[in-house]
Amino acid sequence: MFKRTIAIVKKEVRQLRRDVRLLAVIFFFPVMLLIMFGYAVNFDVKNIKVAIYDQDKSELSRDFINSLNSSEYFNIIGFINNYGDVNKYLDQKVALCVVVIPQDFSKKINSNQETSIQYLIDGVDANTGSIVQNYMFAATGQFNQKVNSKILAKNGLKEFTPLSIETQFWFNPDLKTTRFLIPGLIAMILIITAVITVALSFVREKEKGTMEQLNVSSLKTIELIIGKTFPFVVIALMNAGLILLAGYIFFGVVVKGSYLLLLFTTLIFLTASTSLGIFISVVSDSQQVAFTAATFVSLLPSLILSGFVFPIDSMPWIIQLITNITPAKFFINILRAIILRGVGISAFWDQIIYLLIFIAIFVVLASVIGKRKAESV
Amino acid sequence: MNSIEVNNLTKTFGKFTAVDNISFNVKKGEIFGFLGANGAGKTTTIRMLCGILTPTSGDAMVGGYSIMKESSKVKTRIGYMSQRFSLYNDLTVEENINFFSGVYNLPEDKLKERKKWVLSIANLEGKEKLLTGSLPGGIKQRLALGTAVIHQPEIVFLDEPTSGVDPISRRNFWELINYLSNEGVTVLVTTHYLEEAEFCNNIIMIDQGKIIAEGNSKELKSAHIKNKMYKLESNNPVEVMEQLKKADFVDEVSIFGNNLHLSVNEKLKEKNQITSFINQQVDYKVNSIDEITPTLEDVFIHLLEKGKKKVV
Repeated sequence: MFKRTIAIVKKEVRQLRRDVRLLAVIFFFPVMLLIMFGYAVNFDVKNIKVAIYDQDKSELSRDFINSLNSSEYFNIIGFINNYGDVNKYLDQKVALCVVVIPQDFSKKINSNQETSIQYLIDGVDANTGSIVQNYMFAATGQFNQKVNSKILAKNGLKEFTPLSIETQFWFNPDLKTTRFLIPGLIAMILIITAVITVALSFVREKEKGTMEQLNVSSLKTIELIIGKTFPFVVIALMNAGLILLAGYIFFGVVVKGSYLLLLFTTLIFLTASTSLGIFISVVSDSQQVAFTAATFVSLLPSLILSGFVFPIDSMPWIIQLITNITPAKFFINILRAIILRGVGISAFWDQIIYLLIFIAIFVVLASVIGKRKAESV
Repeated sequence: MNSIEVNNLTKTFGKFTAVDNISFNVKKGEIFGFLGANGAGKTTTIRMLCGILTPTSGDAMVGGYSIMKESSKVKTRIGYMSQRFSLYNDLTVEENINFFSGVYNLPEDKLKERKKWVLSIANLEGKEKLLTGSLPGGIKQRLALGTAVIHQPEIVFLDEPTSGVDPISRRNFWELINYLSNEGVTVLVTTHYLEEAEFCNNIIMIDQGKIIAEGNSKELKSAHIKNKMYKLESNNPVEVMEQLKKADFVDEVSIFGNNLHLSVNEKLKEKNQITSFINQQVDYKVNSIDEITPTLEDVFIHLLEKGKKKVV
């Protein structure tokens, strides 16, 4: 039994070695995706372009403006002198935010009265808009505190804050997007390469008629599947290593948890991806159909529904339910647990169960449909 | 001794009956021809006999094993080659041979011996490192047969092995089939080249899933064609055929290229009657009329015509 499987592995490797184009795609694709996502997809908002309409022009208002300018989040690109320019700056996207300081700003504060600052924020990109708003709130709060303690000190009183907030971001202390993206990227690349290569490899044999030749031989289905998928699983593992290495070199992401656990869970995920690939090869009769189906089934859900980019918790419940169609969802949970949090299997064993259920469903589907199709040709 | 015994084998796909209750026996070491038009049920039958398709009803013993109950044992006894010469084009000749011997679990010393044999029958000695995809069709076909029998099966199924191959390669390929048969291998071959069927020891003809005739080629001809056959050459065979269909001395007329084959009954007293009949009707030239011995093609067409008449 072992010898026959090895014969198939050897054959697959020989064919792969001659298919330079496919090999190039397999190894070039992950690195390209990593760089694309790592550098281009960045949810961090920095250097927000701010224009100031300072109607007060007092020491206090300049003080406030300086506090904005000294933070890395804001970049003051100009001062405005009339309301007409406010519209111009926002309309032409010269500034993302215009800060309007009222005329009586310092006068009111100095006489212990409340005053207000107006922020006009470009809300076209809702995500960035709300981030800008948060930054502005924080900046205003800091300024409030500063002024408060000054006034208190003047009156000989000590500052008293009943509640102070100490936020610490665990696992990703600097809130770097790349650190959050790398696990998702590994999952996405693995599922795409595994599903597409496995599906194509089986359908090619079907298309060329060699599958029939193998069916007539005394080869068992399980020998064929193991023999044919083994090389691709090895390639996928190499890819995963490559991404981890690149993630470390380019973005400083280190694996906090156990490598052994990482390997073990990756193998389970690859089995799930392979079963999906085999399922696609069973239902499609040409390489073209298989390629389209495999890309569609592996790429889209793992990009949109897996929690890779968009958090699943903020989706409507019906979509949350649909997210279960991609094994990438469970694997990303596992990867984030191992790579970022460095926790053990007790934190994500349920995700492994989900993966196993996924495998079972697709193996059964593939064999039932495969049998039915074999009897109808 | 029979290598293959088929008993009331039937295969239906939904409402369509592809193979309809057929029974036949194939003796050990014989070349058995399986003739029929495309879609007649040849490939379905072979796929059942190879154990990759389960019959709807009936059974067959192949190499002593039941295809219903012991299909995995059947697979160890047979070789199979389809019209697609299922080799890997992106592997070399040697890699293909190694792969199939691996699939059949041949031991190392056996592999060496069989590899030499396959290379010799395919005329590929010294060319082991060539990519299979670069080989000409005829050579590829021989290599495919060689790898299909690398495990020395007692029965080999060839499903239209010669389609798409030039006539000389076809002739050479049949020599190879003869050689296998002489070695004691049972060969079941399907074809729609009826002249190839003359090389077979025994033939069955199949149409719409049913056996319509069986026997060796001599028996088939004498059993089904009692009439005299004439070959007629004309400058407008189609029109002439239409006219001849009306003649009372003609039983059947069919077209073969520029020629017509007519099967005539006892009402035809002499050859000249044909020419004069045609000249009465139309103004086309008849270049020659010769008596011929019927070919298997004539038998096949005769049987199909007869079948149609029955249906009507």
